[in-house]
Amino acid sequence: MNRETIKRVLNYLGSYRRYLAFSLLLAAVSVALTLYVPIRVGQAIDTILGKGNVDFSALFFHLAVAGGCALCAALLQWLMAVINNKITYEVVRDIRSDAMKHIQKLPLSYLDSHAYGDIVSRVIADVDQFADGLLMGFTNLFTGVITILGTLVFMLLLDPLITLVVVLLTPLSLFVARFIANHTYEMFRAQSVTRGQQTAVIEEMIGNQRVVQAFAYEKKALAVFDEVNDRLAKCSLQATFYSSLVNPTTRFVNSTVYAAVALAGAFAAIGGSITIGGLSCFLSYAGQYAKPFNEISGVVAELQNALACAARMFDFLDSTAQTPDDPDAAVLQTVAGNVELSQVSFSYKPEQSLIENLNLQVEAGRRIAIVGPTGCGKTTLINLLMRFYDTVQGDIRIDGHSVRNVTRASLRKNFGMVLQETWLMQGTIRENIVMGKPDATEEEMIAAAKASHAHSFILRLPKGYDTVLSENGDELSQGQKQLLCITRVMLCLPPMLILDEATSSIDTRTEIKIQDAFSRMMKGRTSFIVAHRLSTIRDADRILVMKDGHIVEQGTHQELLEQNGFYKHLYESQFAPVASGQTR
Amino acid sequence: MFKLLRFMKGYQKECVLAPLFKMLEAFLELLVPLVVAAVIDNGIPHKDTGYLIRMCLLLVFFGLLGLTCSVCAQYFAAKTAVGFTAKVRHALFAHMQSLSYAELDRIGTSSLITRMTSDTNQIQNGVNLTLRLVLRSPFVVFGAMIMAFTIDVKAASIFALIIPVLSVIIFGIMLRSIPLYRQVQIRLDQVLSLTRQNLTGVRVIRAFCKEEEQIHRFEEKNNKMAAEQKHVGRISALLNPFTYVVINLGIIGLVYTGAVRVDAGVLTQGAVVALYNYMSQILVELIKLANLIINITKSIACGNRVQAIFEEHSSLALCEETCESVAEAFAKGACVEFDHVTFRYRDASADMLHDICFTAAAGETIGVIGGTGSGKSSLVSLIPRFYDATSGSVKICNKNVKDFPPDALRRAIGVVPQHPVLFSGTIRSNLCFRKEDATDEELWEALSLAQAEDFVRRLPDGLDAPVSQGGKNFSGGQRQRLTIARALVGNPKLLILDDSASALDYATDAALRRALASLPQNPCCFLVSQRTASLMHADRILVLDDGKLVGEGTHEQLLSFCKVYREIYDSQFKKEAHTK
Repeated sequence: MNRETIKRVLNYLGSYRRYLAFSLLLAAVSVALTLYVPIRVGQAIDTILGKGNVDFSALFFHLAVAGGCALCAALLQWLMAVINNKITYEVVRDIRSDAMKHIQKLPLSYLDSHAYGDIVSRVIADVDQFADGLLMGFTNLFTGVITILGTLVFMLLLDPLITLVVVLLTPLSLFVARFIANHTYEMFRAQSVTRGQQTAVIEEMIGNQRVVQAFAYEKKALAVFDEVNDRLAKCSLQATFYSSLVNPTTRFVNSTVYAAVALAGAFAAIGGSITIGGLSCFLSYAGQYAKPFNEISGVVAELQNALACAARMFDFLDSTAQTPDDPDAAVLQTVAGNVELSQVSFSYKPEQSLIENLNLQVEAGRRIAIVGPTGCGKTTLINLLMRFYDTVQGDIRIDGHSVRNVTRASLRKNFGMVLQETWLMQGTIRENIVMGKPDATEEEMIAAAKASHAHSFILRLPKGYDTVLSENGDELSQGQKQLLCITRVMLCLPPMLILDEATSSIDTRTEIKIQDAFSRMMKGRTSFIVAHRLSTIRDADRILVMKDGHIVEQGTHQELLEQNGFYKHLYESQFAPVASGQTR
Repeated sequence: MFKLLRFMKGYQKECVLAPLFKMLEAFLELLVPLVVAAVIDNGIPHKDTGYLIRMCLLLVFFGLLGLTCSVCAQYFAAKTAVGFTAKVRHALFAHMQSLSYAELDRIGTSSLITRMTSDTNQIQNGVNLTLRLVLRSPFVVFGAMIMAFTIDVKAASIFALIIPVLSVIIFGIMLRSIPLYRQVQIRLDQVLSLTRQNLTGVRVIRAFCKEEEQIHRFEEKNNKMAAEQKHVGRISALLNPFTYVVINLGIIGLVYTGAVRVDAGVLTQGAVVALYNYMSQILVELIKLANLIINITKSIACGNRVQAIFEEHSSLALCEETCESVAEAFAKGACVEFDHVTFRYRDASADMLHDICFTAAAGETIGVIGGTGSGKSSLVSLIPRFYDATSGSVKICNKNVKDFPPDALRRAIGVVPQHPVLFSGTIRSNLCFRKEDATDEELWEALSLAQAEDFVRRLPDGLDAPVSQGGKNFSGGQRQRLTIARALVGNPKLLILDDSASALDYATDAALRRALASLPQNPCCFLVSQRTASLMHADRILVLDDGKLVGEGTHEQLLSFCKVYREIYDSQFKKEAHTK
């Protein structure tokens, strides 16, 4: 699991191979330089022997070299940091882009059944944490490892025996670090999971703040939030504390090593095998040698967090995408609009079948109305036509092409859809209208807006067509949003239309006005209409009466009334008040 | 950022203890060069092995003591950071609940979410690190300087010169990068917002085959964010090399001065080594600090963003009244009066509602009708104080609504919003929104009134049937009926249905209206609708056109004198009569 995650991370790093190599090189050189500086300083100190016994020319020389090296090292360090930044933030960017691409490919069944907040938390918070860990890893791990290797070489040159003491003792700290880090991974995972749950709560409550406030539900919402918040605090405390133990313990191990070196060095100095300057230099190496171990062990803890977060992210990226379009799937050209459903069965949950054995044949250009009580499967039928969901059994054919054998994009381009639940993207009114036809001219756009009677209200907005809509388009009324969605479809005019309660929030005067435009639009186009308004239904060429996932009756309005069945019953109960209204 | 420190309350002890232990640990570290100097100056020349061993054991003892101190410090720091952040998050969430619709509109949901999540995470990190380093680093730096002074004043003056230079560098880079980190967080808002939009709008995006374009939009923002992160990264990466160079210059100066002093016979070689060791210690400390300063800088930027939310105050006027007074006022039934009410959305160029006057008596049913965007929803949203009127006054029970606390007021009013939103949980948890202790009978009663009893009865778990986020597991019509039931629980004296029957078929709509008319508590009821059929039995109908009240009266009255109403009516019935 852990290894798998690391492999994935390395995959992402793969395309930055050259930068990585360069960064490593810079690390090597700058570390070598930083290690070389104390040698020169040590040699400089060795020129200071006592009163009146200082070799100033040698001193100046050593100090000048040390200064030059320090400058170079600093420059290289900066370059390395810049490159590490680049790699980290670009890898993170790549991961986020992949996440977004994945979202576009996920089946709706996944998106409909997962809390958005948790997905958002993975894409934002987890990736962020991962970035922090990665950057820290780069900066400290590279230089750390190279510092260790470098110091070893320099120490060996100075005194092999004392070096042995250091080499034998220091890895102790790594064992300690590893021991602790292994325990922290699970804690970090728990923290990350809880964070996801918390984001889901935040998304739900803050996202629907209006409703929360409308019901004075604030206290309860806060209580729900607090429950998760407290749990998060617990997980967080555990993870933070245990991971922060790594550093002090390794430091203790290293200070013991330092004492041992000092002792060994002092004996060596007594024996005369090392100078005082050499010893001070050696001790500074011992300190420097230990430092990266401290840092690496700190990083190991940090990396556990990064890996736990990365694992959640990859988890999301691994969720099964919708079956991709068949590689030799045809591109559905502009169709005539013959739609055929044969033996279609579908259910959202395997144990609860919704649509069974549905057969339907619609000739091009027909206007089909779908009526039936709530939950009878009207919206599901639309989900299947648009291939938001795939049928469990049976086939849907458009002009004889099975929808499974054509690309989703080409299929959906042939449909124009207006849903009851309006969705506008953040952007200008113009961008929202030309969504389906980006190359539309200004005239075409205005013509469409006029046809849908959205033009006049758009002009009244502060910046007309260039007014920027916020996230949910909250500055518009529900009806206005619906008008924009209709304009969107009016502009691209695909050969088939799906109108699911498309005018439910529009006032009837405006509706009547756009009805003509609608009629013109529907002429020659296969249309599927879900509506409660009688006029739309009665003008339909065929009415499908659905009940519990089956088409129980179908025919024209007149035929169905004559059948004296479910439709008649529905019609009388549903439309009676209206009918009586008109007799007034 | 510093204003957030009020949430440290309750952690003062830990706040002091963590840095104190850290400082103790640092103090022990500072003693190490002294011991080493003693080894070099006393132990080695006298070849005193017993002394050497004692000194080295002392070093190990210091290490052990340091470990204990450090573990204590880490614990207190972690406890404070986590506890502090949990408190900030709690307060932030609570504060967001108190903001009015106007502020929520302006700040935007996505930005609120990043502040609750990403920003607070960063703060937690920052507090944790600050506590560990706030005293330690300056202590080590100044401690090393003081120790240097005890060795030789003249040579040590180099420390006094270098430390201010280092401070300027550190603070300069911090000041420069804080606004840049803020910018990065703003970008993160945008990336989060796009992610959310792609989740909520997935059907439309796919219907229009906009997947590629959305990816493109996302990548554009994502790239911008990466570019800004790299930019600020370049600046904060200067910190480490700069300190490194400055300290090495210091070391060079130190060794040179030391050499001169030794030459003059004022200093020993061992003293120069000790001085050098102190300088190295500062270097090690500052390099450690440099990495953390980046983190702290980020946290300050994030802290400022969080504080900015705390500084947002509800634009609703404050009031002194208590909940009891609302209940009391509502006890005998509610009447509503609009007195020359004008309302304009913030930053809007025109009034949404203009000079509206009307009264609604207790028990009356008021229909509100008008064209798309005519201000129907705005009108009813002034009653529960979702917004406050720009001028004029809205009165309930002869009292200005501004004198009622919003939460108590809303608790007393049953609102069915236009957009049917349910929360994850169960049907019961959704219905008990306003009245937590509602009995099963009350719930069934409300469900039956809302015409939702049938389908809830058919659910295997009945009232305890699960509801997924946003109510995604119910159809539009079912959701709408559940939201109506939610408003009816607790028998509110004032009901507002904002076009909440749009997804209901006529039969259900009619049954619902009959049920509402028969409510025992006889509430004052506002019905917003497009359909004259839904409203024509109302006691009075308000006709809105472009934010103005153009007609008021019963269905018959309005038909005879209100042109707009007649147009609406005709649009709904003539066509049907015609097609018949």
